[in-house]
Amino acid sequence: MVPLSYYLILSGVLFACGVTGFLIKRNIITIFMSIELMLNGVNLSFVAFAAQWHALSGQVFVFFVMVVAAAESAVGLAIIIAVYRTRETLNVDKVNLLRL
Amino acid sequence: MNVETFILVSVIKIVLAVIVLLTAVAYTVWLERKVVGHIQNRWGPTRVGPFGLLQPLADGVKFIFKEDLTPPHVYKPLYIAAPMIALTFALSSIAVIPFGNTISIGGIQTPLQITDINIGLLVVLGITSLGVYGVALAGWSSNSKYSLLGGLRASAQMVSYEIALGLSLIGVLIMAGSFSLRDIVNAQSGHFWGFIPRWNIFQGQIVAFFIYLIAAYAETNRVPFDLPEAETELVAGYHTEYSAMKFAMFFMAEYANMITVACLASLLFLGGWHGPLFGPPILQALLPLFWFGLRVFVFLFIYIWVRGTLPRFRYDQLMAFGWKFLLPLAIANLVVTALIVALRA
Amino acid sequence: MIHLTIFSIFAVICVAGAVNLLVQRHPINGALSLVVVMGSLAVEYLLLGAEFLAAVQVIVYAGAIMVLFIFVIMLLNAGVEEQTKGSRVAILLGIPGMLVGSLLLSWVLLEHSGTQAVAAGALPGSPRVIGWLLFHDFLLPFEVTSVLVLIAIMGAVVLAARPEAAQEKRKG
Repeated sequence: MVPLSYYLILSGVLFACGVTGFLIKRNIITIFMSIELMLNGVNLSFVAFAAQWHALSGQVFVFFVMVVAAAESAVGLAIIIAVYRTRETLNVDKVNLLRL
Repeated sequence: MNVETFILVSVIKIVLAVIVLLTAVAYTVWLERKVVGHIQNRWGPTRVGPFGLLQPLADGVKFIFKEDLTPPHVYKPLYIAAPMIALTFALSSIAVIPFGNTISIGGIQTPLQITDINIGLLVVLGITSLGVYGVALAGWSSNSKYSLLGGLRASAQMVSYEIALGLSLIGVLIMAGSFSLRDIVNAQSGHFWGFIPRWNIFQGQIVAFFIYLIAAYAETNRVPFDLPEAETELVAGYHTEYSAMKFAMFFMAEYANMITVACLASLLFLGGWHGPLFGPPILQALLPLFWFGLRVFVFLFIYIWVRGTLPRFRYDQLMAFGWKFLLPLAIANLVVTALIVALRA
Repeated sequence: MIHLTIFSIFAVICVAGAVNLLVQRHPINGALSLVVVMGSLAVEYLLLGAEFLAAVQVIVYAGAIMVLFIFVIMLLNAGVEEQTKGSRVAILLGIPGMLVGSLLLSWVLLEHSGTQAVAAGALPGSPRVIGWLLFHDFLLPFEVTSVLVLIAIMGAVVLAARPEAAQEKRKG
């Protein structure tokens, strides 16, 4: 029997790693992956609460989060490809002027 | 059954299943060489042992003794890990595939399956999805243009046909009402009108069977969809830079994937292990294994027959076929099956 | 006891993968560690009884979304990342800040939550039950997300299309 707080701490640690990655990394694809890590951490806390309150809608919500994450990563990666074609770089610090 | 017995029985089943699977992989290679040879009006391997039956042994010894060189320009960690990833996922699907009914040996009752998960079909689909990584990482880590192009094409092809594969299986799921592979096979027991067996292929899933067959050829990168590894097109695609044991691992992974797909087709469309049972109880316990093996053999023979007969598709023809023809057809099959099941209930 | 052991093993693998994502300088290593995180999260979902979600996590997240990430990394030939002045400042301030924040959060959770234990397989989320919920109580969000995915597909195709193809269509 694992206490609920252990699952929540794991979820919090994953979310914190995601936020840290978002702040310290400079490659746009790694920043994107940190966003996915944050979403995964949140999914875990949804499922943990669903188990505690015996409410299956927690699990259904995780399903929707996964679908939205899929849609968002498809569009985000397409935008990254389009930006790479013009700027020739994936480093966000170099994409800081409106002109090329 | 207490915990120790359970663990012991499971370990024995895992070891047996892996040994049988690896032997089946080796002899599928032999079968392919013989059958393709006869289609091309020549003998296959004949010299090593009677009918060339010891040829896989000779091949294994050759692969072990061949020089395993690592080119200097590769990205080493992924170069070494990619064949291991491919082989691991190819050998993992055997864990949820049932081979027969429950047998009892010395008072211990155990089903002829390593584990009967109630989402068995989803586990197999998940392992197929993860198998794409071996191919993609092999192509990229080899750091050569043929490998990269071959790896990208092969993984894009596998991901596209996975959708048609999954959708064709949903018709079967609707008819059986469960994701567990054992339940799906048990729903196909019995006969109509006394002699036609109640297999899913005769219960209206014939279109789904053909969609599954075509999607399976594309998933396992076999003719007519083997452009990513064709020698005349891309040198050897994603395994250009591999030699000896690592190449043997890709080779084994491809044939293990073929066998997994054949096992799934036998379970989901051809009735699993159902067949006439006769004789003493010990024979009755082993006959389902024989019927299952017979169906898998027929499926593999069709695979190899198609390989010897058809030319390959060009890459854009292949992708257009998967997205513009197979996917709408699979969705239509799903809608029709769902309508019929809903109206009948 | 077994429940706690399996939970701890896969929790350690999750956190190790997440930290590896931060530490690795080449994006492909980061992508592979994220796949490891997703796989171990699927096991955690199984421990909580969400079997359908665990399968969907492996099939959709680890098997499709991360493959898309790896495709993009391979196509754009993303190399090792360089450190700029901005990133050094962020590392100096960000990592201690996050450590303090997460330690505070863990302390609060351990002290003040009603530490009810969750049994293994507590809430069996079988596909049948989740399907029932999706098609009865959550039908409207389900249909709306399917339209959302369609829009995302069209958007991705338009954004990633080569500009020369558009110019040729205009000429011809």
